[in-house]
Amino acid sequence: MNRRDFFKVLGLSFPVLSRALAQGTTGRPKTLVTIFLRGGVDGLSMVQPGGDPTLRVLRPTLLHEALPLDGFFGLHPAMKALLPFYASKQLAIVHAVGQAHPSRSHFEAQDFIESGLAGARRRDGFLNRALASVPGEAPFRAVALQNALPLSLTGDAPALAFPALAQFRVAGGSAAATSFEALYAGAVDEAFCLSGHEAFDGLDAVQERRLATREPQHGAQYPKSPLGNRLADLARLVHADVGLRLGVTETGGFDTHLAQGAGTGPLATRLGELAQALAAFATDLGPKLDDVVVVTMTEFGRTARENGTRGTDHGTASSLFVLGGGVRGGRVVADWPGLAGGQLFEQRDLAVTIDLRSVLLECLAAADVPARPADVFPDFTAKPLRLFG
Amino acid sequence: MTHLLNRAAFGPSREDVDELRRVGPEAWLAAQLTPGSDPAIDRRLSGFKTLRLSVAEALAAYPPLQKRLKEMGVTPAQLADEDSKKRLRAMVVENGEELPRQLLVEATQAKLIRVTQSRRQLEEVLVDFWFNHFNVSAEKNRTRWMVTPYERDAIRPFVFGRFRDLLGATAKHPAMLWYLDNWQSVKEGFPPPLKRRPVDDEGALRKRPTGLNENYARELLELHTLGVEAGYSQDDVREAARALTGWSIELQPRRGRMGEFVFRDGTHDTGAKHIFGLALPPGGRQADGEQLLDFLARHPATARHLAKKLCMRFVSDDPPPELVEHVASVFLATDGDLRATVQSLFESPAFWSDAARGAKTKSPLEFVASSVRAVGTLDEVQQPLARPLEAMGEPLYRCNPPTGYAERGAPWISAGALVSRINFGLALATGRIPGVVVELPPRAASADATIDAVALRLLGQRPSPQTRATLLQALSAREEDGETRTLEPAVVAGLLLGSPEFQHR
Repeated sequence: MNRRDFFKVLGLSFPVLSRALAQGTTGRPKTLVTIFLRGGVDGLSMVQPGGDPTLRVLRPTLLHEALPLDGFFGLHPAMKALLPFYASKQLAIVHAVGQAHPSRSHFEAQDFIESGLAGARRRDGFLNRALASVPGEAPFRAVALQNALPLSLTGDAPALAFPALAQFRVAGGSAAATSFEALYAGAVDEAFCLSGHEAFDGLDAVQERRLATREPQHGAQYPKSPLGNRLADLARLVHADVGLRLGVTETGGFDTHLAQGAGTGPLATRLGELAQALAAFATDLGPKLDDVVVVTMTEFGRTARENGTRGTDHGTASSLFVLGGGVRGGRVVADWPGLAGGQLFEQRDLAVTIDLRSVLLECLAAADVPARPADVFPDFTAKPLRLFG
Repeated sequence: MTHLLNRAAFGPSREDVDELRRVGPEAWLAAQLTPGSDPAIDRRLSGFKTLRLSVAEALAAYPPLQKRLKEMGVTPAQLADEDSKKRLRAMVVENGEELPRQLLVEATQAKLIRVTQSRRQLEEVLVDFWFNHFNVSAEKNRTRWMVTPYERDAIRPFVFGRFRDLLGATAKHPAMLWYLDNWQSVKEGFPPPLKRRPVDDEGALRKRPTGLNENYARELLELHTLGVEAGYSQDDVREAARALTGWSIELQPRRGRMGEFVFRDGTHDTGAKHIFGLALPPGGRQADGEQLLDFLARHPATARHLAKKLCMRFVSDDPPPELVEHVASVFLATDGDLRATVQSLFESPAFWSDAARGAKTKSPLEFVASSVRAVGTLDEVQQPLARPLEAMGEPLYRCNPPTGYAERGAPWISAGALVSRINFGLALATGRIPGVVVELPPRAASADATIDAVALRLLGQRPSPQTRATLLQALSAREEDGETRTLEPAVVAGLLLGSPEFQHR
């Protein structure tokens, strides 16, 4: 473990936290929340292009009664919890979105996206490079609500990762915590010498403010699922005004090779959970949603044609959601490539017509992250999508 | 000595330290590479009744809830909500029966007993490594009934054998066939059934498949053998999937061999295939898949991919390229002899170099196992021992993506995971993990001597002067607080287990 890792592990500092807490609600910084949907979401089912006549030929058993969005696209019926936000124009959908240099390997495709490079990998992530531009030292300015720091947030800028606020405490009372504080502040390991004292004070501060037990507001009902719990924790951090600028989380279960179902079934269950968690998060934040941008992403879409086992194999383009303040919502942003034979990518997948990086850059800008696009996504020229305005 | 036990075992235990001291590293390693029987472990595990069950027996003895319902005439729709599921589970328990989750409970308990208590430590390290390499997850519905037979029959017997045999055993095991869907993959255009034939009561297969499913073929090339950088194409994946059509699971109870591998001639694609330079003429039937596995098992890209991963487990996150090349060459020269391959690793100067010592971050399992081995012995596994693995990010047998858990250390390091480790160490050392017998060195005449004794046991060395000073200071600070506690070995151990030093191996 090196010095930088130490900051990632224990990048909390009590004085800084106190300052953050003292700032109050005026001039609150904005927050970008990214949700990585791992496994490769079937974007054609999540947001069904019912207006494309080829769809029913390709997917005889996967079609569902989509909720109409704009006459061409329809939302998966399990996701109806999102419709009010689409109607209030706080939710936009982007379709046929993906990578310029796609891969059908989960792990390669995820790494490409999180590295922020087309078809290449590196050891730091695009969100961390963006974070480097954010002024201030608030300990909670970048938090991954998951077991480990994802590649997207890995790098030189300090960021925290923990699976739940409730688990972020040292048991055994203050005596034990004090001993650890001394041990870590001392010299067991050079890398751990830095600011151990403040780190454990930070842990105490989370306890003192009872962050973990605050009830969701505005009657928000989160689904009882890992994603629901994690978004509830992110909302707690937003409500507490601790200076959260980047919130990162993820969920899985979208690798639907087999019997994925249509209006109901395994994929519908996962999409329903996602929609309910997003809707609860937006409800919980209430007016504060104006200062938050949420974006979902996935490593790839799935084959346009259903496979031999009523599922779909690894494909290319997918669809995603952008929710929050300043979104020009209530519309599906797409440059529809079509599903007919010659229009598919390599004769099998929905083709990419919008580079995911264009979406992410607009989200970063909307969340007031002052990073230079070239630092976040080297060698990339964004296409204006005007998702915000 | 500590280094060897940190890599070829799940950390130093008193028994293994004594043994290693008695026979010397070479003889100890030789014995680990050709392990004899371990009657004590066999006895310990003989009480677990699920460990010997076949897949069919497990399904019969612990029927899926949905199946019970059907027998009771309840439709799945009537049981859609969690509450009714809970009620059904309660009914089963009241009936004096055990739930399917018992299979996973016992698998987890057995694994924790083995990694902490087995004399065949290297075998346990390798079983963990290869299970993770050929990962399946008990979370994917039916796989839960299959993970115990999978580890027992497809992984464990081969960790000192030939890679081709290991690869073949995993390829044909129902756990893998189910987890990566190959059992359902059939030739393109396979005619749909004339009548509905509900084979699977979970609804996964109400209708028969009519074409390919690429899932297994892709991970076979990417994860199990060649590696993603080998340069194969989407067409190669598809051709491999064609070669493997018909590799399936027997699901009809009346046919015997229920829950075992079956080759279904009728669903196999009989055409010629071309896979990454391998040409398979038409009509190969089951031999198509066998030839594909032969080809993959002996490919130089596979040798490099496996060598890199083994070096990452046993040496460092970024192993020297010469070492990887050397291990790969031994793999190729011995036709994938895994004992010789692993042996070459331990005999390499890189393994014994200063750079390698303490260079690895412990995975949660390694942390928990080495903690238990350091402080005492394991009598029985209860929830407080198994559950923290989840909080640290490594629930056993439940890694959902086919990649398995990371070999690199970085993904295990986060604020939350570290706090979980600190809490576990405290609970363990102070006797709050039931089932673990803590046998720390007794309190010595001086505080210094107590710290020395505990640190020697836990870290294999005396603490640095700074650590010692910090410990003394931290502990005396407690007394100033008004607590008149003296320097208990358990307190020292609790702090050391959660210390940064103990997170490395």
